[in-house]
Amino acid sequence: MSKRKTERLLGLVVCLLSTRRYLSADQIRAAVPGYPEQDDLFKRMFERDKEDLRELGVPLETGLNHPFDDDPGYRIRQQAYELPELRLEADEAAVLGLAARVWRRAELAGAAAGALLKLRAAGIDAASLDGTDEDPSVQGIEPRLGTPEPAFGPLWEAVRDRRPVTFSYRGAGRSEPQRRELEPWGVVNRHGRWYVAGRDRGRDATRVFRLDRIAGPVKFCGPAGSVTVPDGTDVRELVSDWDSVPAAERTAVLRVRTGAGVGLRRHAVSVRADDTEQGWDLLTTHFTDVGWFADNTAWFGPDVVVLDPPDLREAVIRRLKGVLA
Amino acid sequence: MTASVTSTERLQRLLALVPYVVSRKSVGLAETASAFGVTERELVDDLNLLWCVELRAPDPYCPIDLSYEGGEIVVSQAESMGRPLRLAVDEASALLVALRMLAEVPGQKDRSAMSRLIAKLEAAAGEAASASAQVAVQVDISDEGAEAYAAQIRAAVTAGRRLHLRYYVPGRDEATERDVDPMRLHIVEGRPYLEGWCLRAEAMRLFRLDRVLSLEVLDVPSSPPEQAQPVDVDQGLFRPTPDDVSVVLELSVAGRWVAEYYPCESVSDLEDGRLRVVLRTPATGWVRRLALRLGEDGRVVSPPSLVAEVREGATAALANYVVLGNPVLATLRIVT
Repeated sequence: MSKRKTERLLGLVVCLLSTRRYLSADQIRAAVPGYPEQDDLFKRMFERDKEDLRELGVPLETGLNHPFDDDPGYRIRQQAYELPELRLEADEAAVLGLAARVWRRAELAGAAAGALLKLRAAGIDAASLDGTDEDPSVQGIEPRLGTPEPAFGPLWEAVRDRRPVTFSYRGAGRSEPQRRELEPWGVVNRHGRWYVAGRDRGRDATRVFRLDRIAGPVKFCGPAGSVTVPDGTDVRELVSDWDSVPAAERTAVLRVRTGAGVGLRRHAVSVRADDTEQGWDLLTTHFTDVGWFADNTAWFGPDVVVLDPPDLREAVIRRLKGVLA
Repeated sequence: MTASVTSTERLQRLLALVPYVVSRKSVGLAETASAFGVTERELVDDLNLLWCVELRAPDPYCPIDLSYEGGEIVVSQAESMGRPLRLAVDEASALLVALRMLAEVPGQKDRSAMSRLIAKLEAAAGEAASASAQVAVQVDISDEGAEAYAAQIRAAVTAGRRLHLRYYVPGRDEATERDVDPMRLHIVEGRPYLEGWCLRAEAMRLFRLDRVLSLEVLDVPSSPPEQAQPVDVDQGLFRPTPDDVSVVLELSVAGRWVAEYYPCESVSDLEDGRLRVVLRTPATGWVRRLALRLGEDGRVVSPPSLVAEVREGATAALANYVVLGNPVLATLRIVT
């Protein structure tokens, strides 16, 4: 950290905020202490400073005071700079504190903390933000969002800045990752997993990817602002459509040992004692996907026997034989 | 801690510090230092730096005037720095995405504070709020009971009442009965959990709402013992202890999901996209069941006792199909 740089940047902000007219680079050099005498050194330093301020979100404006001026000038409009007036009720402040804690230890934790700092600076009571207040509207809940996938950071930046990205992706059931180029439209957390949706350039089609299957780094492959999200795009819907498996409902008949198969009984349509075998019940239940339901049934081992349908019975037997193979 | 703070990070703090004091008229050094997460010494450095800012042209002047005599900070002149900087895109998004997620948390009687706050933040953030629409979080409340259970749990927490649960433990295929003094409703990795003191285990426990078979609010006051400290979910839900058993599994490409779904101590690549994972667990019952489910897509390599148990389980299950015989199956199919 350089104290001199902080002082210079602070001076620059104050200087540009206090002017209505655009100030030329030379006027700025004269007003703000800390810039070097040499022209080329000053120019380089001033460029970096402008970049730093823009990254902080300071709305630096460039313009001409007069149509005949040769060089552009700079200013910061007070109205564009200031956080607008914001008053919160006690219950709203309590919810705000809870919202900021959602990201604790996750990718946007720093951003959430930065936002809180500004809201505190705007005069919002700090005690309720720390969660020391137990407002009834937030009492007893503690939600968390995790972003353990390293791809989250770069993908969020890409979505925010509308930039295309490239990464290698290990699709379900594939042993080798494949190179993908994506115009990302949004990131979605569904039931605890992160997804990114957008246009896959290689396939020229809408695609959804799981962040935890991205292998290696995510790289930008185009300038900011070069991705257009089609009107009416609902990234949430894209992801839930991709995730859900619409299939016809089928019926299974299972023989389940009395007292066992609790997880299956929960969702059963009917359960009755098996007249032909003591100590067993007959259970009727619905399922959609044979593979998924065979997994679910094999979990119960010798306590559950599939009687019908035959394809489900074969799928379970195949798993059991697979164990012994 | 501030040794690693960059110039722009410190600038951010300074820009917030002036309005923080201005909006409160006067405020103590200690209180301010803790709000900004710095030491009092660092805060005094910040204040001195602000006080020293000067502009040299057209006329020299010092735009900021302040004092901190007697430990009370007062800003008497702040020029155009009296208000904080607008929210940046990341900042607005972090709050708005979290709030929209909170609004989805089941079992809330009143979501009005959330909607009011979302509207106020969207208005205050302006343009910066728009990117937040590109991030969404959906909480898993696919289970029909979860919404009602969540409402009951929150009511019990507020009223300080004990709960009785019938709770399903898949690893043992068992419906357990337990009394729980509820403390919080957690949303972790998109799933709702009840956190409370389990009187049966005499320990803090997290219960997945989609495994609650039934729930009853008892007419008994909740009285968790003093040692009932909330679980720090930020450290992860599964924490291995020294007594846990180490289980080694080998997974085919189709079985790789296991490494994504269960917390593993280590994951290493084998040839052909296969994986070798090490899990630590206090009970191996669920791993035996997992192995039956995986079939040829997963193989327990160690410990040997578990390898034997898995084989016995598969053999016994296959025997059922032989013993029952085809004629029985045929008649049953007609009956149903």
